[in-house]
Amino acid sequence: MTVRGKIRAFIEETFTLPGPKGRLTEGESLMGSGRVDSMGVLSLASFVQDTFGIDVRDDELVPDNFDSIDKLVQYLTRKGVGRAA
Amino acid sequence: MLTLDSLYLHAGPVCDRLAAGLREAVGQTLGRRGLCVGVSGGMDSALVLALSVKALGAKNVAALAMPERESAPESLELAKELAEALGVELIVEPISQILDAAGCYQRRDDAIRELVPEFGEGWGCKLALGNHGGYQITNVVVQPPQGESRTVRPTAEAYATIVAATNFKQRTRKMMEYYHADRLGFAVAGTPNLLEYDQGFFVKGGDGLADVKPICRLYKTQVYQLAAYMRVPKSICARPPATDAFSMPQSHEEFYFSLSYPQLDLCLYALDFGHSSAEVAALLDLPIPEIDRVFGIIKRKRAATAWLHMAPIAIEPR
Repeated sequence: MTVRGKIRAFIEETFTLPGPKGRLTEGESLMGSGRVDSMGVLSLASFVQDTFGIDVRDDELVPDNFDSIDKLVQYLTRKGVGRAA
Repeated sequence: MLTLDSLYLHAGPVCDRLAAGLREAVGQTLGRRGLCVGVSGGMDSALVLALSVKALGAKNVAALAMPERESAPESLELAKELAEALGVELIVEPISQILDAAGCYQRRDDAIRELVPEFGEGWGCKLALGNHGGYQITNVVVQPPQGESRTVRPTAEAYATIVAATNFKQRTRKMMEYYHADRLGFAVAGTPNLLEYDQGFFVKGGDGLADVKPICRLYKTQVYQLAAYMRVPKSICARPPATDAFSMPQSHEEFYFSLSYPQLDLCLYALDFGHSSAEVAALLDLPIPEIDRVFGIIKRKRAATAWLHMAPIAIEPR
């Protein structure tokens, strides 16, 4: 599975909200859409650390890096995680 | 037009209405003889106690102080001062043993040790809000007996466990309030103010549980105003708001809100009464994007904590 696929699978599996939410789009704001709260952000940080073997520094845990699938993929690419497309 | 006086109330008539509402709720709607009020030494519970006494008379009100070993010592002293000032008997129920038996401290400390393995006896701890470029992430702060405090970003699992274990405190206190309410034929009063109630800053089944909530429509700044009118002791009015839930001092701003109470009150009021972020920004001398950010947090917290307000859902069999 690609990096993008793993991220999508984790988000869809972990942040299931009641009611029909529709398909998560690549650029959708995870917090803006109500899928992810601040504890969810911590879950996402743990997930990318454990899954891709990187260290998420405090100053990297910001919406510019974590608030959509696209942003996470771009962040991981910058961190040197391969097959990010 | 939004002004700094928008939240000002005429304290006398408002206190009369709240007392009349309490009398009707307790005596007629709930059919109970009085009210139990858990008092923390803080402003909110002090005002609720004062309003309860005004509504029902001191003999029909039971004040409960429920300290545990991590409570600030002044909390109990202030509760005693308040009860004495209002002529109410104070029942003191220490709850450390119940919390120990439930594993409150042990479970919390084990979760902290997942982050800071050397955390142990004599260390202090608390949760404190940190701003990560727009994310409100709650960090764990620990302090060794003779050392500097350290701030650690928790894992989601550790954070959730620390919160869940700490919630034993509020739930144990509520259990004790209902014990005395049952014994006396009283109802239980809740103490959340509007900001806490609106934003879900309470524990479901803990401080969120009550038969009547006299101040949940009052902004914190209005609580201050009415408390002064009701002659709540100055020592309580002067005490900075604090959760008193951890061994290290923790302000409400650190735990939940990143702005001061008056600023947040005004944001909440503006949002609910259709005032723009530009109006608030001008009034508070803050940038408009900052107010937009706060509006966003308020709306998200409302949505995320809506379930805390829900009554149990009865599922129909057909």
